[in-house]
Amino acid sequence: MNRFLNTCQRMALGILLSLFSLSSISIANEAKPLADNPELEAKVQTIAIELRCLVCQNETIAGSHADLAVDLRNQIRTQLQNGKSKDDIISYMVDRYGDFVLYKPPVKSNTLVLWFGPFIILLVGLWALLRQIRQGRVQVKLDSGNPDDVLKARTLLSSAKKDTK
Amino acid sequence: MKRFLPLIIFACLCVFLVIGLQLNPKDIPSPLIGKAAPQFSQPILNETHQSFSPEQMRGKVWLLNVWASWCVSCREEHPLLNELAKQQTIPIIGLNYKDQDDAAKEWLSKMGDPYQLSIVDRSGNVGINYGVYGVPETFLINSQGIIVHKFTGPLTPSLIRKELLPMLAKLNQSSS
Repeated sequence: MNRFLNTCQRMALGILLSLFSLSSISIANEAKPLADNPELEAKVQTIAIELRCLVCQNETIAGSHADLAVDLRNQIRTQLQNGKSKDDIISYMVDRYGDFVLYKPPVKSNTLVLWFGPFIILLVGLWALLRQIRQGRVQVKLDSGNPDDVLKARTLLSSAKKDTK
Repeated sequence: MKRFLPLIIFACLCVFLVIGLQLNPKDIPSPLIGKAAPQFSQPILNETHQSFSPEQMRGKVWLLNVWASWCVSCREEHPLLNELAKQQTIPIIGLNYKDQDDAAKEWLSKMGDPYQLSIVDRSGNVGINYGVYGVPETFLINSQGIIVHKFTGPLTPSLIRKELLPMLAKLNQSSS
């Protein structure tokens, strides 16, 4: 039994090690073009960070290791080499993948809520907060002073409220 | 009323959450719908000297199904494609996306081949032109070569019954 466990452990370790070595190989492969032309790579990066990787949706094409992201980075690189501008490349991507490919969504009629909704919620919250603070102040004034007076005032107020009803 | 305000706000948030959870984040509207299917000329799997371009399908309503032997959900939808092919509902062209020829051939001989032919796209460039980001994907293309609809992810019996077949009936009606 013990021996069996031992071999299991060894196998697991072996698999882990081979996985690590595999991942380091793939990283080494991807990093290679950087050395070739750092200026071009920097340009690729500035475009890639503005584009969303559609496979892993919360990552940019620059940050993702997904196959598609690698392909799209290569696409950006070849287009830059062919003399395309940044705007050309971004509109190329939008034509194929839609606005969703832009990491920063454009301001359009259907994204107005997305862009300005949070500010509206913030304003409503501020308004509610201010109201609350004002009401609280009245409360504080009422509470200060002689406790007997406060009690009297309270009963008067409540009877007045009943009367108006 | 005022007492219940927090509860009402909370209920609204719950409703939004439930709706949000039911949306499929992979379902991104394709900008290609209503536009001409991008042209290309690519080799055909099993036919080394022939190539295919979408122009050859002009006049027909057809499906372009993006598949790969490494794609797990392709297995799920494959029997449905086989069924569509058997009943000759619609011609299906395969786009063998970023695959190895041998693996692809083996996969087809094992799982059945519903495709009139499969286009080889080893580099994934055709895929990029069609905005492919999640295999399998299926494009419905009309007789004028316009993309009518795109299914992202595997086809299901209910998708075929509720969406594909009605759209197909409509397209066939308008063309005849």
